[in-house]
This record gives sequence, C-alpha cells and structure tokens, in this order.
Amino acid sequence: MKIVVAIKQVPARDSQLRISGSGKWIEEGDLTYEINEPDAYALEAGLQLKEKHGGEVIALSAGPARASQTIREALAKGADRAIHIEEEMGALDPLAAGRLLAAAIQAESPDLVLTGLQSDDLGYGQTGVILAELLGLPHATIVMQVEAQGSGIRVKRELEDGWFQHVEMPLPALLTIQSGISKLRYATLMGIKKAKTKEVKRLTAADLGAEASSTSIVLERVYAPERTKHTQLFTGAPQEAAAQLVEKLRFEARVL
Amino acid sequence: MSVLAILEQRPGQDGKPAWNRMSFETLAAAQQIAGELGTEASAAVVGSGVSGLAGELAANQLAGVYAVEHELLGSYTPDGYVAAMRQLLDRAKPRIVLFPHSYQVRDFLPKLATALGRVAISDGVSHRIDGGQLVLARQLFQGKVNVDVRFAGDAPHFASLQAGAYRADRVVAGSAPVETFTPQLSAVGIRTKPLELFRESERGVDLTAAEIIVSVGRGIKEADNIPIVEKLAKALGAELAASRPICDAGWLPMERQVGSSGQTVAPKLYVAVGISGAIQHLVGMKGSRTVVAINKDPNAPIFEVADYGIVGDLFEVLPALTAAIEKAK
Repeated sequence: MKIVVAIKQVPARDSQLRISGSGKWIEEGDLTYEINEPDAYALEAGLQLKEKHGGEVIALSAGPARASQTIREALAKGADRAIHIEEEMGALDPLAAGRLLAAAIQAESPDLVLTGLQSDDLGYGQTGVILAELLGLPHATIVMQVEAQGSGIRVKRELEDGWFQHVEMPLPALLTIQSGISKLRYATLMGIKKAKTKEVKRLTAADLGAEASSTSIVLERVYAPERTKHTQLFTGAPQEAAAQLVEKLRFEARVL
Repeated sequence: MSVLAILEQRPGQDGKPAWNRMSFETLAAAQQIAGELGTEASAAVVGSGVSGLAGELAANQLAGVYAVEHELLGSYTPDGYVAAMRQLLDRAKPRIVLFPHSYQVRDFLPKLATALGRVAISDGVSHRIDGGQLVLARQLFQGKVNVDVRFAGDAPHFASLQAGAYRADRVVAGSAPVETFTPQLSAVGIRTKPLELFRESERGVDLTAAEIIVSVGRGIKEADNIPIVEKLAKALGAELAASRPICDAGWLPMERQVGSSGQTVAPKLYVAVGISGAIQHLVGMKGSRTVVAINKDPNAPIFEVADYGIVGDLFEVLPALTAAIEKAK
C-alpha cells in the first residue's frame, strides 16, 4: 500500500500566544513548533498499515523552512521519504492550501491519503475532505480504525454521542484520522540516524503549477476572546485560594 | 439574496428520521441573520422519508421549506448528500447557506464547497453584519484566540455554526410552504458503503444526572495522579469525569468523557481540573450552572466559561481545596 500522510507543523500546544501588531495573526518570532497532534495519529496509522500490508509511507508537509524539523521527525519515526512544499502557508485559506497539497499528491498516485481530522492552529477541519474532492477520491472522516478488505478498505468512523459506524470504500481513498486512537511511537536512535539519509523532495508552489494565494475567505482581525462570564480569580497561596473559593461556592453560588 | 439553513436528521430510536437538536440552533441563526440582512430565510431537510420533519419546519417563520427526498439519501453518504445539495442550491439559489457544525457536516461540507470553488467558514461562534456583509467569528489555536472572517468570493457563501452558539428557543414560529425536491441521483455515483450504526457498550455511567461533576484533563500528567482528583470528587459528593485525552489514554473509562464525542452535561457545579478548555470539551459542559476552573495557565480558554478560577499548580491546589471542603461540612 502506497500511503501519503499530510502533516502540518503548528505552534506547540502550551504556547503563550500574542496577537501581532497588524492584528491579522499572532507573533511567530518566539514560538516553538511541533507536529499537529491529530496528524501524528495519522502518521501512526500510516506506519501501522505499512507494517501490516507492506508498501511505502510518504510524509507530505507544506510550510516554511522550519517545517523541515517536523518532516525529519516523521522520517525518524519510520516514514520512507518526504515531500516538503516550502511556502509560507499562514495566510492561505484551506482550499488554496489543499490545491498545493493535491498537486503534490497527484504526482505520487498513492493508494491511500491520510491526514489528521483538524489542525490545532486554524482548526477549520477541512483540509482532508477538500483534498478528497480535488483528487476525486472517496473519503471518510474521524476514522478510528482502518482494515484492508479485498481490494478496498473498511473503516470505523466515530459519530456523535458515542455512536460509531463502519464504512466500506474502494481504493484509492482519503481518510482523516481521529486523535488518540493508538499509542504514538517514539523515534528510535536508529530511526533518527536513518532519517538523515532519507529523501526529502523540496518543491515550491511554482514547481507544482499551483498558486499560493487565497481569495475565498479573509481573516479580518485576530483578537483575544471576549469573556462570556466575569470570572472571579483567586491567585493567593493554595490554602488561601481554596478557602476563598469554598466561601464563594457556599454563600454566593450556593452550590455546596 | 436569501439565507438557507440545511438541517440535520439521523435515524431515531424507531429507525425513522429524527432531528439532530443542533438543527434548531441553525434555524434560529438563519432567521436572525436573514432579518439583519433584510432578506428571507428558508430551510431544507435532506433524507428519505423526511416529509414529516419538513412538515414540522413549516410551522416556522420561513419563506419556504424544502424536503429533499430520495431513497439513496436514506443512509448518509458524502457523495449522495453533496450531489443532492448541489441540485438543491441550483433550485433555491441562496446567498448564504448555514449548517450545524456536526460530525456529519464536517464530513461533507468541505466537499460541497470545494466542488463549487468555495471555502466554507467552519465552526462559527457568532456573527455581525458589516456593510451588508456577513462576518463570522471563529476560534483559532484551540480557543485561545478568536478571528473575524469575511467571505471574499462570489455567493453562495457556506458556514457551519458551533453547537450552542445560537439558541434553539429563539426560533420564530410562523408558517411556510413545503416543496418536495427530488434530486437526480444514481447508485453508481455513491462510492462509499455505510453499514449499521453501533455503540461500543451500553453506558454504565449517566453523567447527565449528576448534580456536581469534577472533571480532569491533561494537566494531571499521569494516571498515578488521578487519586488526588478522586479525593476532591469524594469530598464534594461528585461524579468523576474527564476530557478526551484522559479517556484515550485509558486513565478513566470512555463512559466518563465529557465533550462533543462524549456526554453533554449541565450540572449545578462543574469543577474543571487541569483542563485547558478546547472547544470540543467546552461544548459538552458550558451549560453548567456554576463552573470552577483550576489551571496553571491564566490564558487557558476554560477561564472564559468559568465563574470562579484558581490559577495555580493543581497538585498544590487540589489537596488544599479538598481539605477546605471537608472543613466546611
């Protein structure tokens, strides 16, 4: 099975974010980055399928030069090779981003394309399904299990309120993978060493004959969320804060 | 010019189509936005055997109701739904199309929008009208930052709305004509084969009945630390719950998960311990009467929905809080 896994580099989960001077994005200068967590599970799913059925896992990422760190980590975990579309992706809407990724995927003609179900930064949750439509592939989202079945696959989808559903489809296909469905592997020392010799193909939007532009939706203003509630914060020593909170819960909120 | 709300049904307990309750939030939003834009709202329901549901919609203040009816729409498939909706849009010609941000909508809306060369604004939490244009607010970085997003291209403009962002009880009653719309669909155009819906196990824990819930998140760091949260829950006489990562890791059973993929709760007191407040969690608990958040990050989104908060190390705060509660008894 030839599998392309689309991965994204995003600011680390515990980042303290500051709005940039332009008010259009966040300050990126002092951030550290990591793989988008749902994409780490997509990569894990791809590696497990390869271990079971043979084939090849290709890590695909679009992003500036710093994304090469995330790509190296994917190679160290076991991806066979990688494609890095080296572009600033921040301002692109998901369709424009999808067009770049689709062009790179098309050239590989994979059996299966995997992505995480959404990104931790923009959080549109659309890239995978957009790719499926651009590539003309059947798809399923929020997938928890993938099994080969004849010439196709059978997947377990998560629905709301504790419901699940199996869906069958032919290959090639695209799946977006749910976070947390398996234990993520660590890169081994051997893996890290091997990663240095693996192929990373570097492409630009121009190489792909696609345009890195965005026209459909515009991010107008980024701002700190307005609080919907007035929160009373207790910031003193633990014993003191705890006593104040209990007082409030008893005599103000009257829930104790 | 109009606003079209495409509402969601799914098989109910008797196997017949039943509403996803988010549908009425979307309907309320469509009426409100249409009113502010000086245009009219209509609504559609897609499926097989949906005339009864369309009849219910006809009792609302709408310009029209579409019952999009075809036997191939009996089980949801992205191919079937997108083909049907494209034909519906040709017929209804709406300017704005609104959906609930449900798992099903997440599965087909980007496909529908892409097929028409559009980008949907997904997971909107509120809106404003600016210069006759719809501007939607949505969340970035797991709810740490908000952004206002505007459509730049031609109509139709697609948006999905977060659970709880609009109030279903604001739907304005009235009357509307129903049109049954039968799309042209063929079985060969549907590439995925959906099988029966199922549950992993019967739910042993009904968190929705709990008056007090203590819920734990990633901040607890490891399974061995869960007992300090259990002690707090015991002191409060509370049910223990968790955010998704804790259940994924197997530290607490899945049946104790609160959030979009778990249970939706509204107790009189909800204590969130080491939970940052990603939106998937907030939608499951923001109806709680009183919310307490304990987190080391003062900018964690959980504080946006909290009435009371302690910013600090939960490993110091929890024993102190447990002791204070026991003393107050």
